Amino acid sequence: MAMHEHHGLASFYEEGGNSLRSWLLTLDHKRIGILYLVSILAMFFLAGILALLIRTELLTPGKTIMDAEAYNRIFTLHGALMIFTVIIPAIPATLGNFLLPIMLGAKDVAFPRLNLASWYFYMAGTVLMMLTLLGGAVDTGWTFYAPYSILTRNAVVVVLLGAFLLGMSSIFTGLNFIVTVHRLRAPGLTWGRLPLFIWALYATSIIQVLATPVVGITLLLVGLERILGIGIFNPAMGGDPVLFQHFFWFYSHPAVYIMILPAMGVMSEVITVHARRPIFGYWAIAASSLAIAAISFLVWGHHMFVSGMSELAGAIFSFLTFFVAIPTAIKVFSWTMTLYRGQIRLRTPMLYALNFILLFTIGGLTGLFLGALSTDVHLHDTYFVVAHFHYTMMGGVLTGFLAGLFHWWPKMTGRLYSERWGQIGAVLYFLGFNLTYIPQFIMGSQGMPRRYWDYLPEFQGLHVLSTIGSYVLAVGLFVSLGVILHSLWKGRKSPANPWGGLTLEWQTSSPPPLHNFHGPVKVEHGPYAYDRVQAKEEVEEVTA
Amino acid sequence: MLHDKAHAHITPWWVYGAVYVALLVLTWVTVAVARVDLGAWNVVVAVGIATVKAALVALFFMHLLHEGRLTWSYLGLTLFAIALLLGLSLLDIWAIFLRAGA
Amino acid sequence: MSVAESIRAMVAEKEELAGYSGAKFGMWLFLITELMLFAVLFTAYGVFRALHLEAFHEAHRELNLTLGTVNTLVLITSSFTMALAVGAAQRGRRSLTTLFLSATTLLGIAFLFIKAVEYGAKIHHGLYPGGPAFQALEAGEKLFFGLYFTMTGLHALHVYAGILVVLWLLVRNLLGHFSSEYFAPVEIGGLYWHLVDLIWIYLFPLLYLVG
Repeated sequence: MAMHEHHGLASFYEEGGNSLRSWLLTLDHKRIGILYLVSILAMFFLAGILALLIRTELLTPGKTIMDAEAYNRIFTLHGALMIFTVIIPAIPATLGNFLLPIMLGAKDVAFPRLNLASWYFYMAGTVLMMLTLLGGAVDTGWTFYAPYSILTRNAVVVVLLGAFLLGMSSIFTGLNFIVTVHRLRAPGLTWGRLPLFIWALYATSIIQVLATPVVGITLLLVGLERILGIGIFNPAMGGDPVLFQHFFWFYSHPAVYIMILPAMGVMSEVITVHARRPIFGYWAIAASSLAIAAISFLVWGHHMFVSGMSELAGAIFSFLTFFVAIPTAIKVFSWTMTLYRGQIRLRTPMLYALNFILLFTIGGLTGLFLGALSTDVHLHDTYFVVAHFHYTMMGGVLTGFLAGLFHWWPKMTGRLYSERWGQIGAVLYFLGFNLTYIPQFIMGSQGMPRRYWDYLPEFQGLHVLSTIGSYVLAVGLFVSLGVILHSLWKGRKSPANPWGGLTLEWQTSSPPPLHNFHGPVKVEHGPYAYDRVQAKEEVEEVTA
Repeated sequence: MLHDKAHAHITPWWVYGAVYVALLVLTWVTVAVARVDLGAWNVVVAVGIATVKAALVALFFMHLLHEGRLTWSYLGLTLFAIALLLGLSLLDIWAIFLRAGA
Repeated sequence: MSVAESIRAMVAEKEELAGYSGAKFGMWLFLITELMLFAVLFTAYGVFRALHLEAFHEAHRELNLTLGTVNTLVLITSSFTMALAVGAAQRGRRSLTTLFLSATTLLGIAFLFIKAVEYGAKIHHGLYPGGPAFQALEAGEKLFFGLYFTMTGLHALHVYAGILVVLWLLVRNLLGHFSSEYFAPVEIGGLYWHLVDLIWIYLFPLLYLVG
């Protein structure tokens, strides 16, 4: 085609034009990734503000800035928005969408129209969830436990429908990725040469396809229960609320791996590039992603130890839960071994990656306390659980997301950000994060229940510490966000391969052209062959 | 490019006919057997026949017979996930039932 | 090239990415999500049937076995005509494809019609969630009818969606989009239709025959 001639070095931003239409009707995976990025960052901002409101309310026992009912609604919306509209799609839909086809040496994903549809489903689901803000909101907690979710007077059905649409959006992304990985790898890109980020996204996609429909129908059943009264989850009609929990966690436990696996994939990329070392244990990491995906389906009952579930099922689920620790530990050890004797560059993405290792390890290890049947009875529904899942979901997933965002920002936008301010943001994030959640571990082990608006005065000191921590954390995030936004206007132009990476996305210009590459792609070495292939770091100095 | 022909397996007409007849016969059998009281076995027989019918539809009407390993593996995974959902949920209910009975 | 043309060219080019096998595999993955969706309902059925064996058995007698059986035959026949439509499309026999797709559509509509008659009778007798006869039932029977309406209702929605898919194929076939070289959409639409049949193959004995 003649059009290829003047593609030249124009990026996909310039080639498609910048009309509203060129964005809203785009089939380009890169633009869809950017659409997702903007929407998800907006939701992250909003749900983050809600978190600050929660922390502010908890500065003093009793009423500080809102009454108990408003508090219930705000923590529910914080949870629902963070889980369904931020953490689940954060990495696959943004970084994954943008990078997966490029890392495979493909022009696009297998089903570009489905890809665009997934963004519209995301937007529709998000808008529905936000609408409830106007009309009464929801006070069930993001878990929508029956029978309360059936009985409360709030706009539960709207939120459920929103979550259902967000689920479909997630399924579409997963389905697309699976077919893309199977069908569209460049010549020479064997399974053994796939970047570990791709392996992680692939494992994630399997869970998305297999588990998401379960929560979709479960939430619809709660909706039907409210509208028609079919009785399945309603004990007053002979139904079983514990069955709701079985169905809900059949998805929602694997869902935490939908969230964390992509972040683990990001880690493998960031650590190898910025330590300039071949990954330690490539196959161990790849296989552990699949192992985590498989085991994730066996452990859902550990959320239900005090639900009235049978002791037999409790013991089985507790036993199975410990198995997840094995592939997870394999990954952490492999990253640490990769760092050992590496030529480590402490750039912003690497700082976030180190944050991840520390925070996620704390999150993972405290998970073992909760997975053990007997200790869980004491810790269940306390701040210990809150701290644990924030260490894994925020300390893990969002830290991984930020590592990936800073790592690939120059590729996605063609701009270099201020390294010094990026590092300041990462350090503030780390300090604020620990200050927020370590007090929560302590409070939880002393019996402070989660989701409570009020508390005994002896907890106030720790609550104040936690709230101060959350403000520091927020400042860290604002600095980080400011750094990348600032780079859009003031940043220096990024070279094609600023960090000297070996995966395919670094072999094309920053930002890439419409069809991702300037010529045919052929892969001749593994993704982390730093011992054999020289890759020049085009940005050598850590600049201020 | 139009190249579906190169990849597709074309099933002879008579196979569809034979499968259809088999499905009709099996429907008759399952209705007939349900009239006989086999106690707990009724449900086993009914689900068994349904599975045979489902297999016929999948293998021949849906051409699963000619699908590659990939599709088969994913279906295997799915059956495994369904077995887990069904198995572990039922196990829990059964254990509660036993406890209540004891 | 005009804007519209270039967009169309881009769509056409992108459509090629998955290819024939990729598109079919994608549909299988979608069917897997449907299987998981219904698996939840079957699990709920299994659990409550185990808990309320007698009540389920009593309640299932209320269903109209004749209409259920007729509907089973209708749906199996529609699956057969769909398979034939795929066979015809693969051989490039356009008018034969039209015939079989039309037959499939009509059988699908017939299924929904019979289902509506069944629902009508139940509603007439007050046997629907919240209805007067329903309220008088004991817990296990309530659950049976709750599940009956949920499962068959969700299935009927799928039949409805399937009819839309088949109609879309019919239009494209009439417009001459398909040939012996290009028939993937017919096969993929067919896969969806067969899945709907597959679900019913389990619903029928569990709800109508054994209870």
